[in-house]
Amino acid sequence: MGLRIKALCKSPWVFHVSAGSCNNCDIEILDVLCPRFDVERFGALLVGSVRHADALLVTGAMNRKSALRVRQLYEQAAKPCLVIAIGACACGQGIFRGSYAMTVPLDELLPPGAVTAYVPGCPPKPEAIIMGIVKALGTLTAKPAARVTEPPQAVSGKGRIAASL
Amino acid sequence: MSLSWTLLLFLIFPGFLFTVLAGMLLSWVDRKVTARVQWRKGPPLLQPLYDFFKLLGKETIVPAGGSRAAFLLAPAAGLAGATLAAAYVGTAAFFPGTIGFSGDLIVVLYLLVVPSLALIMGGAASRNPLASVGASREMKLVLAYELPFILAMLVPVVQSGGTLQLAKLVAWQAEHGSFAFSISGIVALLVVILVAQAKMGLVPFDQAEAETEIMGGVLIEYSGPPLALFKLTKMMMLYTMPLFVVVVLWGGFAKSVPVANSAPRVALTAGSVLLGVVKFLVLIVAAVVIRNTNPRLRIQHAVSFFWRPMSLAAIGSVAVALLGA
Repeated sequence: MGLRIKALCKSPWVFHVSAGSCNNCDIEILDVLCPRFDVERFGALLVGSVRHADALLVTGAMNRKSALRVRQLYEQAAKPCLVIAIGACACGQGIFRGSYAMTVPLDELLPPGAVTAYVPGCPPKPEAIIMGIVKALGTLTAKPAARVTEPPQAVSGKGRIAASL
Repeated sequence: MSLSWTLLLFLIFPGFLFTVLAGMLLSWVDRKVTARVQWRKGPPLLQPLYDFFKLLGKETIVPAGGSRAAFLLAPAAGLAGATLAAAYVGTAAFFPGTIGFSGDLIVVLYLLVVPSLALIMGGAASRNPLASVGASREMKLVLAYELPFILAMLVPVVQSGGTLQLAKLVAWQAEHGSFAFSISGIVALLVVILVAQAKMGLVPFDQAEAETEIMGGVLIEYSGPPLALFKLTKMMMLYTMPLFVVVVLWGGFAKSVPVANSAPRVALTAGSVLLGVVKFLVLIVAAVVIRNTNPRLRIQHAVSFFWRPMSLAAIGSVAVALLGA
């Protein structure tokens, strides 16, 4: 494990991306950052600029207004950057799946393998969000053979967004 | 002074390495105390080090259409300015025998502006509207606080009979007692504490960064190593500014030691260094408490705060110093 990865695990600065969420997950993310859970113990900070981010906490169901913005934000982030899908909507569009206003789920929107962890729930508890971040960081330090996440099926995300827009 | 000794001064002891370590430690103190104020546990001791190395390992993005050279040179310029300022101030503080040169107080005053100028340059070079807002705010803030700062710096100069040399100011204070123990000195000290708050970029004078409002302002487009250098510069200023205040206004770290059969010598003793460290910590705690108990001022309020009450107080203190109090 290189110094670079170790330092990244000790200092994950998070950036909050709301892609048309109903606000419940956003409020739970704010709870994570509040004194009761105090994630600064682990070096996590909320940053205002996506250029400073090490992890994107994405909430919401990728509707037509927000999907391309989420993709742009991912492209603007300095790599290595983890993406964590927070809540049922970000994991798989939840109850909005199939709606005319929706595009594709988050993991099809971003390049394959970009989404590192999924935190289901409507909304997930702050403990679950913290656990998601910890597990996402764990994938960085795990040996490649021991990785549990299998790369998702390669889909042409761009084409599907274009088709659904 | 030999070249290797000079390099040692600049790179290792009062200069770069020591300043970086002290700055990281102080930035941890700042974050830890802030956390305790907010009833949290706070980050571990090595957190600033982790942050720095993490940023070194990240990708550097130069925004399309920005000025590449200015964008990448600005953090280095700021770091160089902070290093030189820390080396000059640290030499005067920890090596009271060295003389420096006539007018090094003025040089240090200029060097202490360089990190702010680097922020302005980097923000303006990054072709981002929020960074431009941040750069313009930083510019206004520099214009605002430099006036009371330089006026307050006249107080030690006047009291010591016109010396512009850090080492002589230290020696004068070792002999006659610190400038802060006079009417003009205490006013100047209070003014400089508030100016230092702005120079260190802490709340209530962090309008240029304002991460909740303009998303990091001047730093918004920075990522990876350049951002690491800016963060490092900020940590170094957290050490350099209080040290400068202690040295110039509040007695420094040296005291006058009697020598048999000759004039007393200015030297460091265990007691005087301990006293100096206590003064330094008082200034740090003052900065952290001010930062945690105040909201961010709007930029026009910050400017009028520095130009009206602070400048008037500084002018008053210079007048009182000229009258000899």
